[in-house]
Amino acid sequence: MDISYKTLMRDGLWDNNPVLAQSLALCPTLAVTSTATNGLGMGLATLLVLILTNLVISLFRNIVTPEVRIPVLILLIAAVVTVIDMMINAFLHDLYKVLGLFIPLIVTNCIILGRAEAFASRHSILPSMVDGLAMGLGFTLALVAFGGVREIIGSGTLFANASVLLGSAFKFLELTLIQDYRGYLLMILPPGGFLVMGFFMAGKRAIDARLQQRAHLVSLSHAQASS
Amino acid sequence: MSLKPTETPIPSYRQRLSYHSGLLGGVGLLTGAALAIAHVETHQAIETAKAEEQRALLAQVIPATLYDNNLLADRLKIALPQGGEREVFIGRKNNQVTAVAYELSEPGYSGAIRLLLGLDQTGKILGTRTLSHTETPGLGDKIEIAKNPWVLSFDGKSLQDPGLPAWGVKKDGGVFDQFTGATITPRAYVKAVKEGLVFFEAHRAQIVSSQAPVPVPVPAVAAPPTPASSQGSR
Repeated sequence: MDISYKTLMRDGLWDNNPVLAQSLALCPTLAVTSTATNGLGMGLATLLVLILTNLVISLFRNIVTPEVRIPVLILLIAAVVTVIDMMINAFLHDLYKVLGLFIPLIVTNCIILGRAEAFASRHSILPSMVDGLAMGLGFTLALVAFGGVREIIGSGTLFANASVLLGSAFKFLELTLIQDYRGYLLMILPPGGFLVMGFFMAGKRAIDARLQQRAHLVSLSHAQASS
Repeated sequence: MSLKPTETPIPSYRQRLSYHSGLLGGVGLLTGAALAIAHVETHQAIETAKAEEQRALLAQVIPATLYDNNLLADRLKIALPQGGEREVFIGRKNNQVTAVAYELSEPGYSGAIRLLLGLDQTGKILGTRTLSHTETPGLGDKIEIAKNPWVLSFDGKSLQDPGLPAWGVKKDGGVFDQFTGATITPRAYVKAVKEGLVFFEAHRAQIVSSQAPVPVPVPAVAAPPTPASSQGSR
């Protein structure tokens, strides 16, 4: 079992990014990223849930059989998400008022089931939690990027209402980039989400292709130098 | 199905149907128990947090200068025609009704929008705030005062001003703004507030003539008499 934590982080953040590479969880991605703040809120809530569900699934990995694994995984995930929802509502009520909208959406988020199925049900606890962290961070990053672009083009602001989510200390994040901007509605509406997603996915592929080409050239020149 | 080759072959009992159903049932039982425990543990705290929130909201829809009684204790229950009853919080100054507040609910774009409406004794809106909703983040959630001042556009309005036909969003010929990309949410909100005003109009006499609760409440007919008060009443 040779899993390097560096590889796990790199996979989650870039190589195998849940949104940009795996194309998972597109429904919440498109629905929520009308502002960067919403993207951040959804991302952080998913990050928390992903670490915990990966932990629980990993605990159960040795007794779950392939035949009934899907219903078992879904039961476990739904229970974890609902318990988190109740706990935040009860003990962090101010945070719940902001994140509360996002948490029920997470139950149906296929990143959770995807990672449970592809990783946590086959690996021990610590790597599973690191995978949850990496995938969660990658998801958050993608959502904030989507939300940022849509928000800037759509309403001319960045991180509007961030202080509601993060506390008043983060008021400085709230920027109005374009003064007296009347807004570009398309970017706020679902089509804007699809557009931004398309450009981001294409961009990632272009960058990856260039990196690969460069690596190829480097190895070629090495080969020439040594011959 | 595993990345690392399984060291031991899957034991044969795991191939049986009874193991599968037992596993599924066991996990169901376990998660059910976890949910039940979480519910019991958090139920009280959630209720308290919600009540605290309502207290704070009540202060936002009725200015403190308008009343000198305990708003949360002064309640009147009015039966609704569609069944159930509505609890009306009554604010008084010198024993005259000066303000009322009550909760309204209306299905929005996804799920019910609960809001609190505060009126003065003539039926003019003092303020309205959203209590809870599940509208789309970024589009429909502008009904929260923390995200958008839209709910303030109701202040000072009444059934006479702007008049019943104008109680709608601009798209429907009314006077209230809709949101970019979300019409259903503000439409539902305006409808709820309008119904709240109609409700007040229908019960105004009953509300205004209601009596403030006596500090030591004399039990009504249905309530079991306590030793202290039963002496006086019978």
